[in-house]
Amino acid sequence: MKIAISSEGKTLEAKVDSRFGRAQYFIIVDSETMDYKVIDNAAVAQSSGAGTKAAQTLIDEGVQVLISSSVGPNAMEVFKAAEIPVYKAIEGDVKTNIELFKNGSLEKITEATNQGHHHH
Amino acid sequence: MRRVKISVLSGKGGTGKTTVSVNLAKTFNNSLYVDCDVEEPSGYLFLNPQIEDEKTVEVIIPEINSDKCTLCGECVKACRFGALTKLIKKILVFDHLCHSCGACFEMCPYDAIVEKYKPIGTIRKGKAQSVDFIDGKLNYGEATGVPILKEINKLIENVDKPVIVDSPPGTSCPVIHSIEGSDLCILVTEPTPYGLHDFDLAVQLVKQMGIPMAAVINKAGEGDNIIEEYCEKEGIKVLAKIPFKKEFAEAYSKGKLLIEVNEEVKGIFEKLTTDALELIKK
Repeated sequence: MKIAISSEGKTLEAKVDSRFGRAQYFIIVDSETMDYKVIDNAAVAQSSGAGTKAAQTLIDEGVQVLISSSVGPNAMEVFKAAEIPVYKAIEGDVKTNIELFKNGSLEKITEATNQGHHHH
Repeated sequence: MRRVKISVLSGKGGTGKTTVSVNLAKTFNNSLYVDCDVEEPSGYLFLNPQIEDEKTVEVIIPEINSDKCTLCGECVKACRFGALTKLIKKILVFDHLCHSCGACFEMCPYDAIVEKYKPIGTIRKGKAQSVDFIDGKLNYGEATGVPILKEINKLIENVDKPVIVDSPPGTSCPVIHSIEGSDLCILVTEPTPYGLHDFDLAVQLVKQMGIPMAAVINKAGEGDNIIEEYCEKEGIKVLAKIPFKKEFAEAYSKGKLLIEVNEEVKGIFEKLTTDALELIKK
């Protein structure tokens, strides 16, 4: 299963990025082999719509599950429509969160955890 | 009197743009007051206009015709605002993220995007005795008030009297659209470091747009020198100083015009109108 997780760094030991749309990186992990791929999040620079842009990137990568700590209302709507479940990360590194997800210890989130950050 | 457009802006919010604008419009008499602060118009509270006409402003947003759409994703790539997302079986449109730039219509190779009209706000026209009145109001949650400002600009293009534009705070797109084509910009500031910081941003913007400008110091009294020194350096004339008085704050909080409660302020505004017109003539 392909799991995406927002990350501050490029390795499995990196800390989970507390943001979604403007996370530095996404690490896409194959939960069976623990092979992973790092995606530079181009949406960081968006003045608006970062959440939907980042969500699009993950959909295009064929991600099946997302682990992140803060997902806005627009991105949440995309994941719901795309039937990609979102799980709430705990503070810590990427690897720990993947393990917790595999044990079924992460909480599933269905509502946006923030109200968006639209600015001009 | 011929048409002159005087725009009042500030950079920082809460410096007194609306106070200066409504009192200026009223002092001019036979003028047009235009509230371009569409996110929070408040000029009507002081002018109490009789509203004669109200119209809805609409923008065009995309709607996907799923019979024609091949899910090629060109529209998603074209959108700078993240308003379109491609899922496996459909394109998702986020109305409130759309800035109506039209890029998706332009880039769709299959003519699969249909124009949908969406209301984003209103423009009201009215009269406050001798002052004509226009204001725009953006609906909650909308991405940008610029389409309303473009409509307002069309309405005021051929007015043959002084037009006083009460611009939004900040220095971004809505401000640029509000002050465009002005004969003079009046920058209202307060004598605080924060006031000066944002005043400087506004000065740089107006300079870049090549519009003549002058300053008004509101809440004046203490620390005026930081603004005056800056203005001297930049070659900007300080046309008026409105003193910092509790009496004025009280009048403001009751929606009263300062020129109607205080003779000194009345004089300040009479001089301001004359000086502003003098600067425009030059």
